[in-house]
Amino acid sequence: MTDNIVQIDNLSFGYKGRLLHKGINMSFPRGKIVAIMGGSGSGKTTILRLIGGQLKPVQGEVRVGDKVVHQQGRNDLQKLRRKMGMLFQQGALFTDLSVYENVAFPMREHTSLPESMIRDLVMMKLNAVGLRGARDLMATELSGGMARRVALARAVALDPEIIMYDEPFAGLDPISMGVICNLIRNLNDALGATSLVVTHDVKEAFSFVDYVYFIADGVVAAEGTPAELRESTLPFVHQFVHGEVDGPVPFHYAAPDYRRDMLRGRDV
Amino acid sequence: MDRTKIDLWVGIFAAIGVAALLGLAMKVGNLTTSNIGETYTVTAGFQNIGGLKPRSPVKSAGVVVGRIDAIQFDSATYEAKVTLKLDKRYLFPKDTFANIYTAGLLGEQYIGLEPGGDEEYLQDNDKIMQTQDAVVLEKMISQFLYSKATETKE
Amino acid sequence: MFKGVVSKLASVLQNFGHRLIEQFWRLGSASRLFGYTLASSGESLRRPFLVIREIYFTGVLSLIIILVSAFFVGMVLALQGYNTLQKYGSSEAIGVLVALSLVRELGPVVTALLFAGRAGTAITAEIGLMKATEQLSAMEMMAVSPIARVVAPRFWGGVISMPLLASLFSMVGILGGYLVAVPLIGVDGGAFWSQMQASVDFREDVMNGFIKSCVFGVACTMIALFEGYDAPPTAEGVSRATTRTVVNSSLAVLGLDFVMTSFMIS
Ligand SMILES: Nc1ncnc2c1ncn2[C@@H]1O[C@H](COP(=O)(O)OP(=O)(O)O)[C@@H](O)[C@H]1O
Ligand SMILES: [Mg+2]
Repeated sequence: MTDNIVQIDNLSFGYKGRLLHKGINMSFPRGKIVAIMGGSGSGKTTILRLIGGQLKPVQGEVRVGDKVVHQQGRNDLQKLRRKMGMLFQQGALFTDLSVYENVAFPMREHTSLPESMIRDLVMMKLNAVGLRGARDLMATELSGGMARRVALARAVALDPEIIMYDEPFAGLDPISMGVICNLIRNLNDALGATSLVVTHDVKEAFSFVDYVYFIADGVVAAEGTPAELRESTLPFVHQFVHGEVDGPVPFHYAAPDYRRDMLRGRDV
Repeated sequence: MDRTKIDLWVGIFAAIGVAALLGLAMKVGNLTTSNIGETYTVTAGFQNIGGLKPRSPVKSAGVVVGRIDAIQFDSATYEAKVTLKLDKRYLFPKDTFANIYTAGLLGEQYIGLEPGGDEEYLQDNDKIMQTQDAVVLEKMISQFLYSKATETKE
Repeated sequence: MFKGVVSKLASVLQNFGHRLIEQFWRLGSASRLFGYTLASSGESLRRPFLVIREIYFTGVLSLIIILVSAFFVGMVLALQGYNTLQKYGSSEAIGVLVALSLVRELGPVVTALLFAGRAGTAITAEIGLMKATEQLSAMEMMAVSPIARVVAPRFWGGVISMPLLASLFSMVGILGGYLVAVPLIGVDGGAFWSQMQASVDFREDVMNGFIKSCVFGVACTMIALFEGYDAPPTAEGVSRATTRTVVNSSLAVLGLDFVMTSFMIS
């Protein structure tokens, strides 16, 4: 068996009864960058939350290291989370703190380092994302791309073993996108971490990840290296990679028959 | 907003807040006036105490000399037994007169002490023998009306 | 026809039942949040700056509105009170009237209502936005409890600020009343203070008012925190939550005031 730092087995989960995931299996080998792709609303963010232990699976399990996430007590879960860094979709910077304080936040909460040491570490992290000069700005004064980079610096503040990125490219201009791509690769290799990148941006993702999972209809629809998937003849992968409107992924949300729906209005 | 500035403002806020609370206790309330140092206790019986309450003042010649400690009903004499705590500095003759007065027409009721001429002073746990009850307004009015009514009949 | 009425009635009842159950559910979650907040308080009180910061935002920033309102309330009380009292020839009792109304009722109650509007809404909006922008989730993922780091310091900030604000309100209100009664109307200053002192009891009036404002502090802050924490993570959800904060806090303050007053007076 290979050395998988995160392992998802037969995972099912749903909000309010409606099952979103129906038996998902994924594994994330140590040191690799793995992308999770799928349409909007296919439950990608939800998978990250399940890995982080913010949600409990209906069935199946998520293992991080050798621990089953949802069976951990409060303290053990906290310990587990300290090994993870997460970049949220909109950055989720603390709006009442400056850039500097945002990056220092995890250090202040979890270590008792002296202020001078914290300062050095924060500068190092900010330098890595190229925003050392922005340290005194408030989080609210940053552009989208800058906010994402600060959030990235914060996510890796405590040198996590697992870094999760939720839609790191959404809403960014092409230059910022390229910057983030490089950062993800460099941070992953520099920290010896494992990265999980959730995205629906095929072009960017295929350019730097090691492995890709496609989810659709609550299951893993396809998986493989970017090269394999580009060659794939699976209709679903083809549709996604080439961005076609209709195909195996239907244009319509699951709904009763159109004709019956229209007629029903009359007998109410 | 840096830390020292916040600290300073919160310090100022806490200081004036506590000062306001102390002001309410000392200047507005009776925290200073209600604590009369060493006291001795005397009792007095009244037929009717009107609106007298525990902690009401005891005055003599207009000066507060004590406070009412407790008011009980004495089932042996069917009287109200009022316990007064008087300041140790003030001594009163044994035949002192205790009256229940009202401050103004509608004000609070208090006990007024009028010293008599006895050589001996009231001691701790003594009883004041001469008392006068509270003026009950309703009683006065009904007496007044009654006398008016009998007047007009004649 | 008959069937229509029955089904309409049924839907009204259903709606009512649904709301009732929802309110109970919310009350339950609010109590749970309260419990967690108290349980996590030790953690946040060990870092006093977190609480001091919140005292700044809830207390210091509410000072202006509290002081100005108090001053005017005190002046109006004196004007109105004088009008009535002088008919009975006891205009010196105006100090008593102003002080008792402020210390017993208006100080704690009006402060709490202003607090709900000024600080409560700010707390709700801030926490609602932190939730909507995933700041709370991010904190959780960093193994930091949002209740200990965000909710508990705000709770203690509010609970500490409220009695201080209420005391200031009463004191400044009395000063406002004094300014109207003594220099303006010409009531004797000595009588103003001495009658006040004779009738305002430290334990029964000042202390009880203080206790009231502490209870209001807990209620208003907790409602503001809960509404923010419970708000749907959207702009609309947050704006509704701030409205609910004002409405629920005001109702809670007036209701609690009635209950506490009836216990204190008996
Ligand atoms: N807290 C929640 N409560 C109920 N439904 C939710 C919640 N969060 C997400 N959902 C629903 O779950 C589905 C998947 O959400 P998400 O994992 O965010 O998708 P993705 O990140 O792939 O776009 C969406 O349809 C969304 O409406
Ligand atoms: Mg998402």
